[in-house]
Amino acid sequence: MSSTAQELIPPEAREPAGSRPAKSGRVRRLSGRDKLVLSLMVGIPTLIELALVWLPTLMSVGLSFTRWNGLDLADIRPAGGENYQFISQDYPPFWPAVQHNLLWLLFLALIATPLGLLLAVLLDQNIRGSKIYQSIFFAPVMLSLALIGIIWQLFYQRDNGLLNFLLGTAGTPKAVDWFGDSSVNMWAAMIAATWRHAGYVMLLYLAGLKGVDPSLKEAAAIDGASAVQTFFRVVFPAMRPINIVIVVITIIESLRAFDVVYVINRGTNGLEMLSALVIQNLVGEGQVIGVGSALAVVLLVISLVPIVFYLSRTFGKENQA
Amino acid sequence: MASKFDASATAFPSRRTILKTVGVGAAGLAGIPFLAACTGGSGPSATGSDSSGLTFGSGSSDDVPKRAYQAVTDAFTAKTGKKVTTNVVPHNDFQNKINSYLQGSPDDAFTWFAGYRMQYYAGKGLLAPIDDVWQTIGGNYSDALKKASTGPDGKMYFVPNYNYPWGFFYRKSLWAEKGYQVPETFDALKSLAAKMKADGIIPIGFADKDGWPAMGTFDYLNMRLNGYQFHVDLCAHKESWDQQKVSAVFDTWKALLPFQDPAALGQTWQDAAKALEAKKTGMYLLGSFVTQQFTDPAVLDDIDFFAFPEIAMEGRDAVEAPIDGLLLSKKGGENKAARDFLAFLGTPEAQDAYAKVDNSNIATAKGADTSKFTPLNKKCADTIKGAKYISQFFDRDALPAMANNVMIPALQSFIKDGSVDVKNLEAQAKTLYAAQ
Repeated sequence: MSSTAQELIPPEAREPAGSRPAKSGRVRRLSGRDKLVLSLMVGIPTLIELALVWLPTLMSVGLSFTRWNGLDLADIRPAGGENYQFISQDYPPFWPAVQHNLLWLLFLALIATPLGLLLAVLLDQNIRGSKIYQSIFFAPVMLSLALIGIIWQLFYQRDNGLLNFLLGTAGTPKAVDWFGDSSVNMWAAMIAATWRHAGYVMLLYLAGLKGVDPSLKEAAAIDGASAVQTFFRVVFPAMRPINIVIVVITIIESLRAFDVVYVINRGTNGLEMLSALVIQNLVGEGQVIGVGSALAVVLLVISLVPIVFYLSRTFGKENQA
Repeated sequence: MASKFDASATAFPSRRTILKTVGVGAAGLAGIPFLAACTGGSGPSATGSDSSGLTFGSGSSDDVPKRAYQAVTDAFTAKTGKKVTTNVVPHNDFQNKINSYLQGSPDDAFTWFAGYRMQYYAGKGLLAPIDDVWQTIGGNYSDALKKASTGPDGKMYFVPNYNYPWGFFYRKSLWAEKGYQVPETFDALKSLAAKMKADGIIPIGFADKDGWPAMGTFDYLNMRLNGYQFHVDLCAHKESWDQQKVSAVFDTWKALLPFQDPAALGQTWQDAAKALEAKKTGMYLLGSFVTQQFTDPAVLDDIDFFAFPEIAMEGRDAVEAPIDGLLLSKKGGENKAARDFLAFLGTPEAQDAYAKVDNSNIATAKGADTSKFTPLNKKCADTIKGAKYISQFFDRDALPAMANNVMIPALQSFIKDGSVDVKNLEAQAKTLYAAQ
């Protein structure tokens, strides 16, 4: 089964078959020009990556052990682990933010992603107007931040929002303040995030479903599998590379969840998220570089776990093959 | 030899890896314009250090203040023949980027605020002292304003343009109809609020979605209970947060919380202003800029205000009236035209030109035209004139990080459940002030 599934993977996600002979050692010597071209092609991006990604990252890590006002380099003073102690013990928004990030992850993983998959499966059935539905569900992914803020504001407003109107509570004291009430605003924000995330996941799965060989489904049908069985036992496992991408996307999206809460109230009052706290502490007038860097490092370490997991899986498999 | 070949074979990166790295590099390259956009906030400025003109950075980006500053620069050019190049930046961006702005290539003169927010940058040597300018304009200002314009080293840095008092705003017609009286003491305020509540009105309008408006209530309670000097010392962290005096502020506030709009955390001050206009709330504690929201002249005429009532023996001699004005950047200090421009702003003539366009604020220079004042303007001006102390609002008197990162969440959670951990406030303050 698994070897059959291997053949069904879309070519771009498949192992580079051409590299196999190279692995067995029968390689022609590279000409000097090849070497030059190769080192340029590898070296320049590596340098850019180093300068723009890893250098700032290392600097952040370094700054997280200092106190600095961000003005004069001479003002940097060592602080040891005090910034980490501060965020874990004295900074009230920190632990709620960690909890909210986890909640966000659970919500996206259990609701938004399955919803995207469901949409993809439905739209893959060649129903009439499928293209139109696809565009509708994908549209939120393309909208700008400001527009999303306005759209959900219209929906969630306390006095004249659509939701309170539909509930019949608009204008009455019973009207729920979906963004202002800290017991519900996280859920309101997560629904807004789902609205974007599901469209994204849908598009990826649609591509994945198109890549599944129809004969596989036919074979399952001949063997007497029901539609549900066919999907979960045959089609879904056949989309394994896509599934891995989706898992990683979901985890990363939940860790860097930022835009929706930031447009609502800049991530305060029940909407604390790690990324919003990083921005609050690193950018702007209220900047405390040491504390902000420490928060950023915490976020980096958490994000590295799924990234390393993903990379070791993909590369590990490649080396095996 | 063969083993060597093998080694080179494994070191040879697969086509896919190369492509992947190239892809990442391309993404990095694509990131460059974004990064440039993030840092390049200072705009076109580096020109004109000669005395034929100056550059002027303005964070007054709203339509009315923008036109008002335009009127000032036009008047300056007409008077002296020196050209002013104005760079207007949206005010939130302007404030958020002030650090990099002042260290990069700032304009000669720029709009800013009095208080700690000014003194901090003066102390870091990023501003030019203007004692010579104050020698010509000093007579135009009261002592309180002069004090507010002084840096930590005793030199003058700031030229005040206008300020606006904070107080309880209300609709006269509603109060006349229901027979409400202006409360002079905190107890009277509480009983008035209870009466309003019984009448089915939300007694005190309140909005704190943006986080900062609640600081006004905190400041007034603090100054009425503990006095102006304590406010200043607390903001500068010369006083500890973990003490009875601070707890007393929150305890007193707790008595007021049931009368403040329970929807505060979900609305902005603009929403709360509309609620006051609609007579849904009885009064609203805010700066006089609240009147900008009342576009209907009939409503505007119906607005009055009273100062925050007396609580303890500290009386009512402190008023919260943030001052906006101009500063000279370090580079601008070498430009004679920029100094002339600041001196010009310190004259009644320039402030009249400003107030002609933007009349929601009170000009600070003595001798500025008061003939066009509405009764409300006049009351605002008298309140400020009669004040012994002028505070600048918490987020201008305190370290910005303290105001933004500590006070906003603390006040929002206090509004939610009426509890606050002063020990934790002190712990946070200690770390943040030490980092400066």
